[in-house]
Amino acid sequence: MKIWAYIDHFQGQPVPASWEALGAAKTFGETTAVLFGQGLENLTQLALEYGADSVLVVNDPVLSEYRAETYADTLTALLKTAAPQAVFFPTTTRTRELAAMSAFDLNSGVLVDVTALEPNGEKIIATRPVYEGKLFEKVTCSGSPQFVTLRARAFPKPTRQPGRSGAVESASTQPKALTSVEGFTPAETNVNLADAGVVVSGGRGVANDPAKGFELIGSLAKALGGAVGASRAAVDAGYIPYAHQVGQTGKVVSPDLYVAAGISGAVQHLVGMRSSKVVVAINKDPEAPIFTQAQYGVVADLFTFLPVLDQAFRQKLGK
Amino acid sequence: MKIITCIKQVPDSEAKVTAQNGQPSWGDSPLVINPFDEYAVEAALLQREAHDGEVVALCLGPESARDALKHALAMGADSAILVSDPALGALDTASAARILAAAIQKIGGADLAFFGRQTLDEGTGLTISQTARALGWPLLSFAGSIQVEGSKVTVERVIEEGKQSVSAALPAVISVVQSIGEPRYPSFMGIRKANKAEIPVWSLADLGLQAPAPVVARAELLNPPERGQQCQMVSGETPEAIAETLVEKILAEKVL
Repeated sequence: MKIWAYIDHFQGQPVPASWEALGAAKTFGETTAVLFGQGLENLTQLALEYGADSVLVVNDPVLSEYRAETYADTLTALLKTAAPQAVFFPTTTRTRELAAMSAFDLNSGVLVDVTALEPNGEKIIATRPVYEGKLFEKVTCSGSPQFVTLRARAFPKPTRQPGRSGAVESASTQPKALTSVEGFTPAETNVNLADAGVVVSGGRGVANDPAKGFELIGSLAKALGGAVGASRAAVDAGYIPYAHQVGQTGKVVSPDLYVAAGISGAVQHLVGMRSSKVVVAINKDPEAPIFTQAQYGVVADLFTFLPVLDQAFRQKLGK
Repeated sequence: MKIITCIKQVPDSEAKVTAQNGQPSWGDSPLVINPFDEYAVEAALLQREAHDGEVVALCLGPESARDALKHALAMGADSAILVSDPALGALDTASAARILAAAIQKIGGADLAFFGRQTLDEGTGLTISQTARALGWPLLSFAGSIQVEGSKVTVERVIEEGKQSVSAALPAVISVVQSIGEPRYPSFMGIRKANKAEIPVWSLADLGLQAPAPVVARAELLNPPERGQQCQMVSGETPEAIAETLVEKILAEKVL
């Protein structure tokens, strides 16, 4: 099979899951990494080092900022002349739009937010969560190419091979812009929950002293090299910004280790973290629903237990 | 200003959903308006308040989806239209987008068409972009605030990396996020009005469409694998002893 792997980036910063998609594409056949934007030399080299057999670059000032229509026009135009069997993407807000529009243009379809893949001749059978992760479905796409977006951290990241080289091809298209980007304010803290290997989250349990509670959670997250998450209750109460929210109305995470501190475990939270590998729950209430999702549970007050746990980890990990 | 808000009916988030003979089942849990779509209704009402005009709620779904439209009417939408047809089986997103686009055209077009950012059932988030594509209208996604001046709309997009200001000419498709404002509760008067409202039902023939042939199809619906083990409660004499045991167990999992 010939596969394209679309490398998603924001202003030149690659989304780590792009490399996972590239790695997954390679398991299906010869893979061309596809890059849109302006000044893409670094990303081109990175794509080769992460294993792309070749790279197709569209370098155009019109594409300097991501816009759904210009990116979709570009992808559609390229796919009208080349014919890969599938295009893989990491699942991000941008690629959902890009894949949706380009697939629509080509009378094909998108298998979105996929957690597992199996080949079936030239076709792909994709597994994806539905109903907030309460069920899974296996889906197929009868159009061509098959557009497949992969959930972050569901597929292994390939090993980077510094200095690796390969063919680089440039193309140009005439995309039509329907929107103008007028300004951008970066987020105060870049919370990259979707790509985090460890997430330590806090909930209503911090209520007695929210600042102290999230300081303890932050310290443990730092010791474990992870990101800080929060339940909706903690965000709604104003203890921590929305960017940290894990759950149905926040972010879906699937780290290797998820530590829930003072989180009761409302359905809305559970759907956001249920695909974590190992879940540790710390809660004062032994009846808290979070324990039904956890491998390890500790009935304790987070204010007394987290500092001790933090200390124990730092000792063991030599930090 | 003419505003259309597209909504969907989904099982309540609290529902226990299971796969039964390849179909999703939510027992006797209620069907509700997709929670993200309530924000789309709110956004539409805020624009009507700022610029006058009318809000039409549009829903594609079975006969039972009337209730979701009634919720939008009770919140304050001026009218509602249900697109429903026995020929509508398992729809893929592109088919849904073509049908919604045709319905929007039949309504007579609009200045703005609102969507919630995602649905709780299939959760693909694809239909919004594909509807914009079918209409040929610009897409302004993840809008946290919206300003319309003359024939131009500017939104502040709330994205992972920060806040981005983006503008387009009307008409436009806009998907909204929660920072648009909490959806208002239906008023008593609103509920009365909604109960009396006539909701026309449009068939595929009314829209000049054939039964769609889906490109994406479900081969299987599965219950998630059971969690292998029960929760192991870690206890000990002192917090220090518990922490030490817990750290050892986590390190043994080799996830760090």
